[in-house]
Amino acid sequence: MLTREEVIKIAQLARIELSEQEVEKFQKELSTILDYVEELKQVDVTGLEEVAQVTGLVNVQRADIVVDHGNREEIFSQAPEMKDGYFKVKAIL
Amino acid sequence: MNLEYLSLTELRALLDSKKISSVEMTRHFLERVKKHSDLNAFITVCEEEALKQAQEADDFIASPGENPFLCGIPYAAKDMFLTKGIRTTAGSKILDNYIPPYDATVIKKLKDQKAVLIGKTNLDQFAHGSSGETSAFGPAKNPWDKTRMPGGSSSGSVSAVSAGLVPWATATETGGSIRVPAAFTGLSGWKPTYGRVSRYGVIAMSSSLDSIGAVANSVEELAGIAGVVSGRDEQDSTTGQGDVPNYAPSLSKDIKGLKVGVPKEYFIDGMDTSVKERVFEGIKQLEKMGAELVDVSLPNTKYGSMVYAIICPSEVSSNLVRYDGIRYGHTTKEAKNLYEVYAKSRAEGFGNEAKRRIMTGTYVLSAGFFDAYYKKAQKVRRLIVNEFNEVFKRVDVLACPSTPSVAQKLGKAAEDPLFGYITDQLNIPGSLAGLPALSIPCGFCKPSDGETPSMDGLPVGLQIIGPQWGEQKVFNVGYAYQQATDWHRKHPSI
Repeated sequence: MLTREEVIKIAQLARIELSEQEVEKFQKELSTILDYVEELKQVDVTGLEEVAQVTGLVNVQRADIVVDHGNREEIFSQAPEMKDGYFKVKAIL
Repeated sequence: MNLEYLSLTELRALLDSKKISSVEMTRHFLERVKKHSDLNAFITVCEEEALKQAQEADDFIASPGENPFLCGIPYAAKDMFLTKGIRTTAGSKILDNYIPPYDATVIKKLKDQKAVLIGKTNLDQFAHGSSGETSAFGPAKNPWDKTRMPGGSSSGSVSAVSAGLVPWATATETGGSIRVPAAFTGLSGWKPTYGRVSRYGVIAMSSSLDSIGAVANSVEELAGIAGVVSGRDEQDSTTGQGDVPNYAPSLSKDIKGLKVGVPKEYFIDGMDTSVKERVFEGIKQLEKMGAELVDVSLPNTKYGSMVYAIICPSEVSSNLVRYDGIRYGHTTKEAKNLYEVYAKSRAEGFGNEAKRRIMTGTYVLSAGFFDAYYKKAQKVRRLIVNEFNEVFKRVDVLACPSTPSVAQKLGKAAEDPLFGYITDQLNIPGSLAGLPALSIPCGFCKPSDGETPSMDGLPVGLQIIGPQWGEQKVFNVGYAYQQATDWHRKHPSI
């Protein structure tokens, strides 16, 4: 089973604050999932390419042209806090 | 006029002949939505916008010229599709008040047809689930038996369509989210080839798997809808480059000589025997109509759910990074610094299932584990893709069960972290290979987990899987089957 410290570390990487009960719960639940996929380790995949794009497309490109969608106001209207046309965030340091 | 369960072609004829207006039709379905609100099929009903769209459709119909297939006909969209100006939640509190600034490509195409959006349907939170129960807005219910799940993640879409609250609905599938709920509610569900339909503006779950489809009362209707929503999109570079065939006009019920593969691994140990029987009857029906049955084997099927249990959370953890409490969506009131804005906003906004998937993905992608999990899974995925490719050299389509059981009791999924991987195990391998598929109703059976008030029992789904871009073949088999049977005309008594 994953340790408390491992779960707390994962949650920090994922930027999700967990309660004490959640740490305990996810210790069990994440371990259940990791046990479930354990069998894959036995599968022989020698010489097989990873599936990167399932229908086989390669480097699809479009012309690099600026398109004005004209919805700047609507996009910014969804932000919790704005200042002078910028997203406002808490101090980083 | 009784409009519920009329086909899209019948509704089209009523509108074209002006026997009814789009406004009247829209009001009719809005009434039904209100009357059956206990199903919890909708998160948002957009009555005002719908009536406005219906009026516009009526004006268009009154003007000379042909009307588009879906013009004036009401539909519902799974609440994963961004709808400009109409709240879109993905079934999560983190997007509780989110008003999208643009339309998904599919929504735009439907607007171009002058189809009428009447509401946004309930779903598992971020489409994470197979029962509908992970929705932050409470589970949608199965109209055949309200104590049971409609299946997920497209839970509200199937609940609404099978109850006749709306003629059809959009849906999305990553690994079973269209086929499972269609099977559980006796509907026809189309999971397209990966990239057949644009994902632009559909909230991302697992980007190498997400496919955009629909649920309706028949395959004929799905073929018509497919013709409207499919096609290349500049905004989604993973859409197919090829032209879209003319699905509906090309439908053929002649399946003589068609080779239908029956994969033995899809009749798993522990599945309901009566589900197995109904599915075999369905397959026998195809044989009776001239199809040639071929026994095939797909031995790597058993690894599908395990591969999915790595790839899906990995891509989820990456896609859900964007919910940071800064640009849109829920933001915490408790933060003292930037880290806490992220960590608390996400803790407050995400439900348990989303947290579990994000953390699983974060773990398997983290330094030291990437090769052992993600890379390995993508290689085993190749094994599954190759195996399907080999089989499709010998057969035209595959026929098998859509699910191992009929709809289960609500509450079943809540505390089992593996529930979805088990329920979806017959859909996931095809999803990993990007294959198109249908679930169509093929009979009823009594559930093995207690009584049901439904006199008929609960619906069973027959799954038809085709090779990539083989939509027409899959549609033809489903269409042929529905010309010869009437399971798709059975509706719940609500």
